Amino acid sequence: MAILITEKTRVIVQGITGRIGSFHAADMIRHGTNVVGGVTPGRGGETHLDRPLFNTVREAVEATGAEASLVFVPPPFAADAIMEAADAGIRTAVCVTDGIPSQDMMRVKRFLKRYPEARKMRLIGPNCAGIISPGKGFMGIMPPHIYMPGRVGIVGRSGTLGYEAASQMKALGIGVSTSVGIGGDPINGSSFKDILQLFEDDHETDAVMMIGEIGGPQEAEAAAYARDHMSKPVVAYIAGLSAPKGRKMGHAGAIISAFGESAQEKVEILTAAGITVAPNPSAMGETMARVLSMKKAA
Amino acid sequence: MDIHEYQAKEILARFGVPVPRGGLAYSPEQAGYRARELGGSAWVVKAQIHSGGRGAAGGVKLCRDEHEVASFAASLFGKQLVTKQTDANGKGVYRLWIEAASDIAREMYLGFVLDRKSERIMIVASAHGGMEIEDLAESDPESLRRMTIDPAVGLTEFQARELAFQLGLKGGQIAQMVTILKACYRAYRDLDAVMVEINPLVITGSGDLVALDAKMSFDTHALFRQPQVAELRDRSQEDPRESTAGDHGLAYVGLEGDIGCIINGAGLAMATMDMIKLAGGEPANFLDIGGGASPERVVKAFQTVLADRNVSVVLVNIFAGINRCDWVAEGVVTAYRQLGLSLPVIVRLAGTNVEEGRRIIDQSGLPLISADTLAEAAAAAVAARPRKAA
Repeated sequence: MAILITEKTRVIVQGITGRIGSFHAADMIRHGTNVVGGVTPGRGGETHLDRPLFNTVREAVEATGAEASLVFVPPPFAADAIMEAADAGIRTAVCVTDGIPSQDMMRVKRFLKRYPEARKMRLIGPNCAGIISPGKGFMGIMPPHIYMPGRVGIVGRSGTLGYEAASQMKALGIGVSTSVGIGGDPINGSSFKDILQLFEDDHETDAVMMIGEIGGPQEAEAAAYARDHMSKPVVAYIAGLSAPKGRKMGHAGAIISAFGESAQEKVEILTAAGITVAPNPSAMGETMARVLSMKKAA
Repeated sequence: MDIHEYQAKEILARFGVPVPRGGLAYSPEQAGYRARELGGSAWVVKAQIHSGGRGAAGGVKLCRDEHEVASFAASLFGKQLVTKQTDANGKGVYRLWIEAASDIAREMYLGFVLDRKSERIMIVASAHGGMEIEDLAESDPESLRRMTIDPAVGLTEFQARELAFQLGLKGGQIAQMVTILKACYRAYRDLDAVMVEINPLVITGSGDLVALDAKMSFDTHALFRQPQVAELRDRSQEDPRESTAGDHGLAYVGLEGDIGCIINGAGLAMATMDMIKLAGGEPANFLDIGGGASPERVVKAFQTVLADRNVSVVLVNIFAGINRCDWVAEGVVTAYRQLGLSLPVIVRLAGTNVEEGRRIIDQSGLPLISADTLAEAAAAAVAARPRKAA
């Protein structure tokens, strides 16, 4: 059943009438995603891409039964849009927006904790490519044709490096159950560990490809989780072996500022936890193929 | 975004942090005048550059008379100060801060940072200061005190008091420390900072707390709502290649190698650099052209990369999602013709509109080298480097 999104998931798009939101919403619909409406304050009652528009997320949820929301809202307003989705009862929100102030994200994370576990919203991103369950549906900006349906989960910070992994695997005949971009910001909604947990519980996922990078503590946290709680194999790659310390490499969060945050240190931490680390970014697919064949043999 | 020490001190003073009296100088004469204006018998002259380690690099001096102030100032102005935190070019000194010398009894460390683990603002403090926090963390990790702040409540008095006692402060110093901590927190929160550092925070001979040095860094994503902070940007302290690239919507970091990189996505850009290194080459830069890159932006990317004279090969690696390979290909062809290029250019395209993109490259009649995979592209870039004369 993949994770986070299937062909049944009822999806709305916040910011669906914007240029970029509209372009990607149309692509999602074309590829079979169950988009049931959109939210643009002030445009309630109109239609866009043959879908009803609503003024608020709450109205959209009441009218369509939406469970998931893709947030395509500019940085100054994105945090508010995420909190609105959480308050309206959305279960999964994916935020693509790049450039949300860190203190806004701090507030968002604090806000999400207000809700009891049973109705707490899961946030993916911000500053991410989105999520895709190949052949079922997607929420985000990825090119869906590069993914082959299958049984390997992908979780990564970088969008394009996730595409790279998916296409290397496709070339070797390995398909994807779900691919999740958790985003390149220092504070993000879901961590590597959160997504590994979902893949571990998913009956349609046999193994996970985890693509990390320099900066932050989340790869180390994920390594400990995989070692202690996972039955499925994890293959990892960490980008930024050649990145200098203290310099921000594109992503707001891609900066080595503390002990254990360089690519080399992360590779050591992952290896020590029993995770197979691809030696270079061109070897992500073949490393996964090797691990899968060992699993079959065992 | 970083600002100068004197700007950080002005901001923190406004929020209630005690700082020494001082004045700014743009010339040696003005430096001497500032000393006279401040009065007293000893002054500290401090080079204002966006880097730590200024003292060890000769950018800070205690002066005993006005002439010494002026002559030290004269030796600093226009100089490129190289510290252990800057690159080999250093940072230009165009402003000096002249400060009344303080009587120092003890030095402490105080920092406010964004803690990615707790996803909150964290205070890091030590009863020992004066050295860099990285060195402190290595030489004296036991002395570091850490405390996180709940964004919904803010820094509470009891937390601030607790920290003051942990640092061994006494009597009136406790209330002074509480004031300083709350002031720093408010400055951090209200101005969208990502770092506030007072190092050293000193206890003077008379037992009072004073911020002897100050550093602040701000969230560039929040500058849209902090126009007063945005005005403090000093382009003279930035790598001109990086700030020009930023103006064109490109994320660029200059490195030491000779293979210029034009990539989409931060992760793929880092991975491509890693791959080049593995193939035996050295990347000249990190460059992310961002999403939805137009042919014009690709041309700008070429200009940015080629402004580095060390570049002898260019590697374009695009895995298009939100981008379009045909636009990138058009940009590559235009750049090659417009800029009259003769150096080897390797192009690897994948993703959205890849067939059209490859056709544009193949039919251009230009000597562009196509590669299908990341590994091929990196190997081709390394192989295409001109051989150095033996």
